[in-house]
Amino acid sequence: METPLTHNISPGGEPPDLAQYEKTGGYAALRKVLGMAPAEVQAVVKESNLRGRGGAGFPTAQKWSFVPMGDDAPRPKYLVCNADEMEPGTFKDRLLLEGDPHQLIEGIIISAYAIQADVAYVFLRWAYKLAARRMEKAIAEAYRHSYLGKNILGSAYSLEMHLHVSAGRYMCGEETALLNALEGKRANPRAKPPYPQVSGLWGKPTIVNNVETLCNIPHIVSQGAEWFKSLSRSGGGTKLYGISGRVKKPGLWELPMGTSMREILEEHAGGMCDGYQFRGLLPGGASTDFVTAEHLDVAMDFDSMQKVGSRLGTGTMIVLDDKTCPVGMLLNLEHFFAQESCGWCTPCWSGLSWIEQILQDMEEGRGRASDLELLESHTRLLGPGHTFCALAPGAAEPLQSGLKYFRDDFERHIHEKRCPWSRT
Amino acid sequence: MLSEQEMREIEVHARHYPNNRAVCIEALKIVQQHRGWVSNEGIADVAEALQMKPAELEAVATFYNMIFRKPVGKHVILLCDSVSCWIMGYERLREHLGDRLGIRPGQTTADGRFTLLPNVCLGACDHAPVMMVDDAHYQDLDPARIDEILASYQQEEKREEEKPTDGNTADS
Amino acid sequence: MTTIHIDNRPYPAKDGENLLQECLSLGFNLPYFCWHPALGSVGACRQCAIKQFRNEEDKRGKIVMACMTAAKDGIRISIDDPEAREFRASVAEWLMVNHPHDCPVCDEGGECHLQDMTVMNGHVYRRYRGRKRTFHNQDLGPLVNHEMNRCIQCYRCTRFYRDYAGGRDLEELVLRNQVYFGRHQDGVLESEFSGNLVEVCPTGVFTDKTLKRHYTRKWDLQTAPSVCVHCGLGCNTIPGERYGALRRIRNRFNGAVNGYFLCDRGRYGYEFVNSARRIRQPLLRKNRTEPLQLASKRDALQHLGEMLSSGVRAIGIGSPRASLEANFALRTLVGGDRFYLGISERDFRLLASIRDILKKGPARTPSLHEVELADAVLVLGEDVTNTAPRLGLALRQSVRRQPEKRAKKMDIPLWNDHAVREAMQKEHGPLFIATVADTRIDDIATCTFRGPPAELARLGLAIAHALDPGAPQAPDLSDAARALAGAIAEKLKAAERPLVISGMGCGDKAVVEAAANVTWALCNMGRPAELCYVVPECNSLGAMLLGGGSLETALEAMDDTAADILIILENDLYRRGDAAMVDRLLAAARHIVMIDHIEHATSAKADVVLPAATFAEADGTLVNNEGRAQRFFQVFVPEGEIEGDSRSDTPRDIPGDIQESWRWMRDIMVAGRGDERQWSSLDDVTAACAAAIPSLESILRAAPSAAFRMDGQKIPREPHRYSGRTAMHANISIHEPEQPPDPDTALAFSMEGYPGHPPPSLIPRFWAPGWNSIQALNKFQDEVGGPLSGGDPGERLIEPMPGTGKKAAYFKNIPAGFEPRAGEWLLLPLHHIFGSEELSLLAPGIAELSVQPYLALNPEDASDLGLAAGDEVQLRLKAQGDAQVDVTADGAANAAATTAENTAEIFRLPLRFKPELLHGTAGLPVGLADMGNLAGIALPAWGELKKMEKGKV
Ligand SMILES: Cc1cc2nc3c(=O)[nH]c(=O)nc-3n(C[C@H](O)[C@H](O)[C@H](O)COP(=O)(O)O)c2cc1C
Ligand code: SF4
Ligand code: FES
Repeated sequence: METPLTHNISPGGEPPDLAQYEKTGGYAALRKVLGMAPAEVQAVVKESNLRGRGGAGFPTAQKWSFVPMGDDAPRPKYLVCNADEMEPGTFKDRLLLEGDPHQLIEGIIISAYAIQADVAYVFLRWAYKLAARRMEKAIAEAYRHSYLGKNILGSAYSLEMHLHVSAGRYMCGEETALLNALEGKRANPRAKPPYPQVSGLWGKPTIVNNVETLCNIPHIVSQGAEWFKSLSRSGGGTKLYGISGRVKKPGLWELPMGTSMREILEEHAGGMCDGYQFRGLLPGGASTDFVTAEHLDVAMDFDSMQKVGSRLGTGTMIVLDDKTCPVGMLLNLEHFFAQESCGWCTPCWSGLSWIEQILQDMEEGRGRASDLELLESHTRLLGPGHTFCALAPGAAEPLQSGLKYFRDDFERHIHEKRCPWSRT
Repeated sequence: MLSEQEMREIEVHARHYPNNRAVCIEALKIVQQHRGWVSNEGIADVAEALQMKPAELEAVATFYNMIFRKPVGKHVILLCDSVSCWIMGYERLREHLGDRLGIRPGQTTADGRFTLLPNVCLGACDHAPVMMVDDAHYQDLDPARIDEILASYQQEEKREEEKPTDGNTADS
Repeated sequence: MTTIHIDNRPYPAKDGENLLQECLSLGFNLPYFCWHPALGSVGACRQCAIKQFRNEEDKRGKIVMACMTAAKDGIRISIDDPEAREFRASVAEWLMVNHPHDCPVCDEGGECHLQDMTVMNGHVYRRYRGRKRTFHNQDLGPLVNHEMNRCIQCYRCTRFYRDYAGGRDLEELVLRNQVYFGRHQDGVLESEFSGNLVEVCPTGVFTDKTLKRHYTRKWDLQTAPSVCVHCGLGCNTIPGERYGALRRIRNRFNGAVNGYFLCDRGRYGYEFVNSARRIRQPLLRKNRTEPLQLASKRDALQHLGEMLSSGVRAIGIGSPRASLEANFALRTLVGGDRFYLGISERDFRLLASIRDILKKGPARTPSLHEVELADAVLVLGEDVTNTAPRLGLALRQSVRRQPEKRAKKMDIPLWNDHAVREAMQKEHGPLFIATVADTRIDDIATCTFRGPPAELARLGLAIAHALDPGAPQAPDLSDAARALAGAIAEKLKAAERPLVISGMGCGDKAVVEAAANVTWALCNMGRPAELCYVVPECNSLGAMLLGGGSLETALEAMDDTAADILIILENDLYRRGDAAMVDRLLAAARHIVMIDHIEHATSAKADVVLPAATFAEADGTLVNNEGRAQRFFQVFVPEGEIEGDSRSDTPRDIPGDIQESWRWMRDIMVAGRGDERQWSSLDDVTAACAAAIPSLESILRAAPSAAFRMDGQKIPREPHRYSGRTAMHANISIHEPEQPPDPDTALAFSMEGYPGHPPPSLIPRFWAPGWNSIQALNKFQDEVGGPLSGGDPGERLIEPMPGTGKKAAYFKNIPAGFEPRAGEWLLLPLHHIFGSEELSLLAPGIAELSVQPYLALNPEDASDLGLAAGDEVQLRLKAQGDAQVDVTADGAANAAATTAENTAEIFRLPLRFKPELLHGTAGLPVGLADMGNLAGIALPAWGELKKMEKGKV
């Protein structure tokens, strides 16, 4: 089984420096690309069917194709690497940032070349201190070796790259809010259209891609689209899958895209901890719908997960066990979302805090029967398109599926006027 | 006024952006790095340096989580309260830390040593529960491990206290 | 025009416009909060949700925000869709989650958009059981009150204040459901447009602090359409009265003039009407040495009649702050050849020059709205935010025109406000500001230039010359100035709608003429250039069109004819001219008659003082700087002091002695000459004026006459919910008082009358069923955001000469470059929005914000004088004649000849630094209270400065 993204990564160890990275074939893809036309690079990526790993799964090459090209395109153009990773339960980009920074840098340079960007930013979450140090060092190395800066490797192409360390807000991960944050503003999202590809950072054409997405690029360029497709069981490429919760071996693995949830849970994570029963899981971070035991054989890819009413999301699962209160878990999740709401649109800033309030009441024995209907209506009302960005719809996903799968538990809270899991 | 050191650090970052405004978040973080938190004076200083208005900085400073507009202790403990850590027993650790330090989340110990803040997911969910103390991550926590960690900070401080003061700081 | 389908019926719509605006224009009651016709869409509140269907077959559709969706041909939407309705109702419920239930005590109650929308959405029952979040409020100064608990986070306040008006001290703080709209710390809001927050905020977060002190519900206010009297722009207002006191001013939308916004001077200056300095009863003295005594109207008129019938001659001094009708009545009383305008010779020449340039030149004067459409602007000599504040706000919009073209190219509709702003970033279209000192809009200027008036004029001439070599050039220009002139010329030439703004603010005719040269050079090249002059007062241009002479010529006339009576209309002459000159003028008259509404230095010297009505107590016509004649209407009948004893049992609703100035003139004529009463209503005066003065002919059309009726009825000044009419006088009489008649207008002092929409110039308030807030205005426009249905009020009196094919001839006076003098400083006028204007200064809120008198120097000049900041400066003025900066080619000789006379008066003023002042010049604030004899000095003027020895005068 090939693991292109992580083959250089030794967890807990030092990442390869530039020389080591080159030794394993690093930056060869970049050299190749500099001899290609940007359109050719875009074509290869298109051919590969690479879909964004940031959560929404948008086809990467298609996103790039909206960037104005040619001599009269507005300048400078920007490429931003989204390394904000603040979704609860998600810890995949961190491995790539800490474990093989040059792979990411090469991916960024190639992608920037494909859209002829002039400046690249890595928008990094503040808590990733080690990643910041390593990225900083690797960027400096890349500059020293002419992989960055003016006339990269003697070509006509130039690119500046900067690390921007955020000051902390989940909203910053949303690509348009991220642009505002980079501009030194409050991270409120922006209206789309216009899309960032046309009017992005400082009003200029901008592409925002996830860390994992970008790390795939050098491999696609050097080994080809067909190879990339062949890596997966369905969909294309490999995927970093993670799992947390009461499982024997929580962790993160690079596996063929389309690996089933059961395989990840039972084979890689070793199954549930002793004394704990599986009740359900959030497949791709806090903002995805619960799936339950009946879904475990579904392949973890974009389309299959959608079919069972959930999303691949970030591919990092959070497992709910039988000794944990599902209402409490939802309260924890909704508290997160309510707290991280940027305050821009009404359903989000008001609806989420109301949801949190209701769940809190339930947990503390003050729930009423009518609350279930209130919660349900909120999951509908906070649906996609109703709110300004995807934060609130994301918050509605675990709640709506939780209400569906754990209805009994909600009702017990209401009838017993207490949380059945509470120790008091 | 910003110190020379603060100014120098801000200037390094300013080169990464096409305008002053964009560096303001970094500038607030730098001031916080040096002064522990961002006071009204800190806001005014950054405003002056970047030709911004205090209100414009306040708008940004109060939006982001990691800019402290209130004084914090010497060490800031950020205990992850998000879903994976919650499942893995965050609440127990919160009680434990609270007991040990004699404070509730959001408070600072009377001796000014520690501030305890709950925090969103720290991105190490496979090693939950997790916390950060200043820049250091601590994973797979349980009460015993927390005691160890607190003790190590106390020892470190004791070592610092025992260090003979050097002449420079004697009077100024 | 395209066709859109709303709930399966076709409607015409404007292609590409946002659907919310289109639905509102079509008359649908679609609720909204964050959208504002002048601020565009941002999609924050989610209140305007509708259903959009892909095609006729699509029955499910999807929820979209109307304000963020473009009207495209064939688009199918539903407002009535149950899911859309449910969603909108939920938005109301969410907004009410944290909202206090304080409507009964909330200042916004009864005109609250949130109230209206909550009702419109059918949100009735509260389901939220949690605690509401609470905030601390801030003290934002004397004008705007802050009550954050009522906030619904619609972001309109900051979008207006910061994005639209350029304010930088009001921001969004914190996040989630805790967003706080406020300042960094307590303190006075810095923007001079802060009062608009009161109308922009759809709830009671920002309310009128001055109203709070004498609070009245909207439905209990008697209101009438009015025009602001605090500068020359003529913004339209709605003053409201209750119990004989003016309670507040609101914006009256006029699409061509002020649109949706007023400045704070205009909004809050109104309290002068309630001032303790009001003259409410005639005052009389038969002998100059005695003090003025209260007198009855009859006695006063009889006394005047006796004086006049003795055959003496009267000279009349009118006023640029009085209506055309008032001025015309005085002119009729004294005769056209004995009527003077009550302004200094310097101002007279400036105004005459402006009048002639506008009337005879090829350039058109733009409305304020047209200013907003200009895409390249030169401001020559005028500190607009301080002399004509609303114009500053308009210029903040014009600098967006060029960058907007870029946004348009990117296919971003201009209503998509944030997207446009993000695409434009900080880019501003060309705006060049050449003034004597810093201005409040320098932040959006492409380039600024500072210098004394002569240098500003020379820059202007150089620009004109760069455009057209046939225009005269200023010699000996510095290379920098020449290069700048070239750059400005390029930008003006390249623009689609170039605009030049100048005015009387820096007191220099050469500047006024240079501005004309620039505009004419553009016109001569076939460019559609516009020329906008700022004039100081609400009827400056109207008075000029009426004709008459200056104060100085009045003095000559007094000296020549030994006229016995000086009749002064609404004018404090000590603010108009050198105190010594005014003293001489007043001393030359045997009798001085003052007709005004406030006491001042001049009224104190009068022998007869007659209480005049203010704008709120009278009707009349004003001509603004655009040359637009606008009618203002009486808001209420003032309660004069009843003869002798104000505590008498006489019912208070019997009109007192305060009356319109024109009525005083008529009464004087009747008393003095036994004339027939030639005018019985305002229409008679207006008609006489229009007939007598050809250029004023169309003022008749500024508003319908008193005979106008809708369905046979008058238009009520009181809303139909007006309460307490039978009770308000019950302590005096239990009978319901008869409402005062109004012979002058088509409006009635009553709640009875025509319930529908009156013609635009007669709209006394905006209200529509279900729309109690100012947002009801949408119902008064055919196209929301566009002109009022029936056309925006006002009649333009001045249009450019039709193109004769002949090129405009340039002004040829070229001022010499500024030369600093040893030991003397050229004192330059500095204007203050709060403080420089006479009437608003009597409003406590404005007075609190007014600066104290000072003298400004650049720090180097100050240190040469041994002065540090905060020191006191001793100022000795050189003789007035010397200050004649009305320099012609042989100006130097002129100046030398007039230095003989020396006023030798000494003033002491605290020093302020103003680094931008050129060496050899100093700044002196204009018009402040406590300026003593400096009040009437025409600036620029030369003076000597010295450090004030401590304790000595
Ligand atoms: C509230 C919110 C938070 C997000 N956080 C992240 C994040 O931390 N990292 C990320 O790559 N994408 C995040 N996304 C998704 C981004 O908006 C965007 O779709 C993604 O960066 C695009 O990259 P991709 O095309 O490579 O997937 C977030 C979206 C939302 C709505
Ligand atoms: S203060 Fe008023 S304008 Fe501002 S967000 Fe709140 S409700 Fe809207
Ligand atoms: S008015 Fe449309 S979202 Fe606010």
